[in-house]
Amino acid sequence: MDQLMHFLTHKFFVTGEPMIYGADVAIAVATIGILFVLTYFKKWKWLWREWLTTVDHKKIGIMYIIAAILMLFRGGIDGLLMRSQLSFPGLKLLDAQHYNEIFTTHGTIMILFMAMPFIIGMINVAMPLQIGARDVAFPYLNAISFWLFFWAAMLLNLSFVIGGSPDAGWTSYTPLAENGLDPGLGENFYLLSLQITGIGTLASGVNFAVTILKMRAPGMKLMHMPMFTWSTLITSVIIVFAFPVLTVALAMLTIDRIFGAHFFTSTAGGDPMMWANLFWVWGHPEVYIVILPAFGIFSEVMSTFSGKRLFGYSMMVWSMVLISALSFIVWVHHFFTMGAGPAVNSFFGVSTMLIAIPTGVKLFNWLFTLRHSKIRFTVAHMWALAFIPNFVIGGLTGVMLAVAPADYQYHNSYFLIAHFHYVLIAGTVFGMFAGLHYWWPKMFGHILDEKLGKIAFWLWMVGFNVCFFPMYFVGLQGMTRRMYTYPANAGWTSLNFIETIGAFLMGIGFIVMVWMIIYSARHGERDVTGDPWDGRTMEWMTSSPAPEYNFATLPDMSGIDRFWYMKQEKGAVEKWRKQKIEEIHMPDNSGRPFIMCVLFFIAGFGLCFEWIWLAIVGLAGILLFMVLRSLFDPDEGHHIPVDVIERTEREAGRL
Amino acid sequence: MSHAEAVDPNVPLEYSTEHGRLRIFGFWVFLGAEIVLFATLFTTYLIYLHHTAGGPTAKDLFDVKGFTIETFLLLTSSFTCGIATHELRRGNRGGLIVWLIITLLLGAGFVGMEINEFVDYVHQGATIQTSAFLSGFFILVGTHGCHVSLGILWMISVIIQVSKNGINSTTARKAFIVGIYWHFLDVVWVFIFTAVYLTGLVL
Ligand code: HEM
Ligand SMILES: [Cu+2]
Repeated sequence: MDQLMHFLTHKFFVTGEPMIYGADVAIAVATIGILFVLTYFKKWKWLWREWLTTVDHKKIGIMYIIAAILMLFRGGIDGLLMRSQLSFPGLKLLDAQHYNEIFTTHGTIMILFMAMPFIIGMINVAMPLQIGARDVAFPYLNAISFWLFFWAAMLLNLSFVIGGSPDAGWTSYTPLAENGLDPGLGENFYLLSLQITGIGTLASGVNFAVTILKMRAPGMKLMHMPMFTWSTLITSVIIVFAFPVLTVALAMLTIDRIFGAHFFTSTAGGDPMMWANLFWVWGHPEVYIVILPAFGIFSEVMSTFSGKRLFGYSMMVWSMVLISALSFIVWVHHFFTMGAGPAVNSFFGVSTMLIAIPTGVKLFNWLFTLRHSKIRFTVAHMWALAFIPNFVIGGLTGVMLAVAPADYQYHNSYFLIAHFHYVLIAGTVFGMFAGLHYWWPKMFGHILDEKLGKIAFWLWMVGFNVCFFPMYFVGLQGMTRRMYTYPANAGWTSLNFIETIGAFLMGIGFIVMVWMIIYSARHGERDVTGDPWDGRTMEWMTSSPAPEYNFATLPDMSGIDRFWYMKQEKGAVEKWRKQKIEEIHMPDNSGRPFIMCVLFFIAGFGLCFEWIWLAIVGLAGILLFMVLRSLFDPDEGHHIPVDVIERTEREAGRL
Repeated sequence: MSHAEAVDPNVPLEYSTEHGRLRIFGFWVFLGAEIVLFATLFTTYLIYLHHTAGGPTAKDLFDVKGFTIETFLLLTSSFTCGIATHELRRGNRGGLIVWLIITLLLGAGFVGMEINEFVDYVHQGATIQTSAFLSGFFILVGTHGCHVSLGILWMISVIIQVSKNGINSTTARKAFIVGIYWHFLDVVWVFIFTAVYLTGLVL
C-alpha cells in the first residue's frame, strides 16, 4: 500500500506545483463537462457515427483543424507563460525546471501538433476537391493517420500531469536527453508521442502523393493542377523521404533510454553528434513541409482575390521542386558552432543561401500576380498580403544566420528565436489563417464574419511585430534562448517588456478569432452558390459544404484555372451540370482506426513507463487488428444511388 | 474483388481494378520510405563499425558459415516467391499456395538462424548495451529480421485468403504486393551481407 502511494505520488502523478494541481482540476472538470454534455444531449451515437468512425476526407480534415486550433491554444498559453516570466528581470512565476518543460512542450506542440495537423487538415479539406477526386486514395488509412496524430497529441499532453513533461527542448539534443542527464519519464513521452504521430504523417504523405498522381479529374495534367495541390504533392514527397529518418532517430534514442544501448551516449563508443545530424536531416526538410503548403494557399488566395491567373505558374512549380531538393542538403546550418570545420560549414552555409533564390522567385511571382489587379481586401487576402513583408524579414535574417562565421554570434540567441517565429508564424500560421477564412464556406456552408476577422487580423499583426521584432535586438545584445530569467543590469528589460505586450495582443487576437467562429456559425452569411469568392479552381464548382461524394459529375478539366474559364464561356457550366448522373461508389465508415489508435496510445503509454508488458499488449492488439482487417474486411463500400444524388443536388439548387 | 467495380480483362488480375492499381502504386511509394529507413540504419552501422569500446569486434563475432547459409535461404526464397507470382499470373491457385508456403518456410529458416545468431552473440557477451558498434548492428539486422517476420505473418494471411476465396482481383493484389515486399527484403539483405558481414570481416 505504501509502495503504491509512493509510486502514485512520485512517479505517476506530477505533484508539487500549485499550477499542476490547477491543471489537474481543470482537466477533470473539462472531461466531466464533455461527458455530461454528450450524455445530456444524447450525442454519443451521433459523435461515433458521424465523426469518430468517418473516413470522409472533409470530416477528417475538419477534425485535424479543430485539434490543431486546440493545440495552438495550448502552445500559445505556453508562449504567454514564458513571455510573462521574462517580462521583468528576476521574476519567480516559473522556476528553471518548469521553464525548461514549457519551452520544450511549446516547441514540440507548435511544430508537430499544431503546424503539421493544421496543414494536413487543410490538405484533407481542399486537395481532393481541387483535383475532382471522390476521396483520398486510401480513406481508411487516412482515418488511421488522423487518430494516430490525435492519440499521440493526447499522450504528449498527458505528460504534463502524469509522468512529467519532457524538458530537453524540442530538439531533444543528446547527451542532455539521455537517461544519465535526464532521468524520469518526460523524455519518453516526447519520444513516443512523436513516434506515433510520425507514423501517421508518413502514411498521409503516401496517401496524398498517390491521390494526386492517380486520381485527378479527366483531362487535368500535372501542369494544370492548382498551386495548393502542387505544394501538397511536393510536401508529400518530402514527407516520404524525411520522416523515416525521424522514425529511426526516435527509435534509437528510445532504445538508448529504455534498453541501455549506446547510439548517442558519450560512453561505449556512442556519439551525441549523431543525434544532431539525424534530427536535422529530418528537421530541416520538416520546416519546408510546414511552409510549402502555406505557399500553396497564398498562391490560391492571391490569384483569386486579385482576379488574375497566378503569374509564372511553371516557375512557381519549379522553384518549389528546387526548394524541396535543397532542403535535404542544408541541415548542418543548425549546428555550425559544434565543431564541423570550415569546409563543411562553408558548404552548408552556401547551400542554405541558395534556397533564398527560388524563394525570391516565388515572392516576385506573387507580387507580379498582384500588379495591375483589382485587389479585393477580404480577410483571407489580408492574411496573404501580410505574409509578404513579414516573411521577407524572416527570410533575410535567415540568410544572415547562414553566414557561418556570423552565426557564432547569433547562435542560440534571441535573434534566432525572432527569425524562426517570423518564418513560422508569418509563413505557416498566417497561411493557415488565410486558408481557414478562404475554405471555411466550403467546410461549413457559411462565411466567417469579415468585420471580426479584420479586428483579429490587426490585433495579430500589431502583436506579432511588437512581440518578435525586438527579439532581434535583444538577441544581438547577447540574450540567449532558453533562459528562464536575466539580471536587471543586462539592459534587456525594456525590450523584453515590450515583447510580452505583443504576445498578449496576439492572445487577444486569438480570443477574437474564437468569438468570430462562434458568431459566424449563428450569423454568418450562408453560401448558397458554392462559389462565394468567384473562385478559379475546382473546389468552388461543388456546393458548400461539399456533399459526401464531392462532385455529382465531372467535366473535362484540362487547363489551368479551368473553372474560371468555364464561367466565362457561355453555357459551359450548365452543360457540365446537365451531364448524366451515375451511381457513385464510396467507402464505408469504420470504428477500427479509432480503436486501433487507442491501442497505439496504450502501447506508447506502456513504453513511457517502461512497462514492457503493457507495450506488448498494445502492440499485439494492433497486429490483431491488422490481421482481422486483412482477413475479414471485404472492403465493400456502398453505392449512392442516382436518385439520392439528384435529390442532394436539387436541394443545393444545382439541377 | 467483391466490389461491383469495373474489371479490365486486358491486364494482369492484380492491376485490373482501380483499387488494385492504387494500392500497388501506393506500396511502391511506401517502399521509397522503407529505403530511407534502411539507409539511415546502414549509415549508423557504418559510422559505428569501429566504435567497439573494447568489446567484441565484427571479426570476433561474425561466422562465415552462418551468414552464408542465411543468405542462401533468403535468396532462394526470393526465387520461390518469384515462382509463386508466376503461378499467380497463370491463375493456378494450388501452385501459388504451395510456392508461397515454400517461400515462407525458407523465410522462417532464415529468421530461426538469425535468432540463433543473436542468442549466440549475447552468450559471448555481445549485447546491444556493449558498444555503439553492437547497438548499430543489432538495430540494423534486427529491423530487417522483424520485417521478414512480419512478411511471414502477412504471407500466412494471404495464403489463408487465397485458399478461402481463390484467386480474384483482391487476393491477386495481396499476393502480388507481399511478393514485392519479399523481394525488397531480399535486396536489403544483399546490402546487409555486403555492408555488415563482408565489410565487417574485411575492414
Ligand atoms: C503565438 C505566439 C507565440 C509566442 C508568444 C511564442 C513565444 C516563444 C518563446 C518565448 C519561446 C522561448 C524562447 C526561449 O526562452 O528559448 C519560444 C520558443 C519556440 N517557439 Fe514560439 N511562440 C509563439 C508561437 C510559435 C509558433 C506558431 C511556433 C511554430 C509553428 C513556435 C515555435 C517555437 C519553437 C520551435 C521554439 C523553440 C523551443 C525550444 O527552444 O526548444 N512558436 N516561443
Ligand atoms: Cu534548417
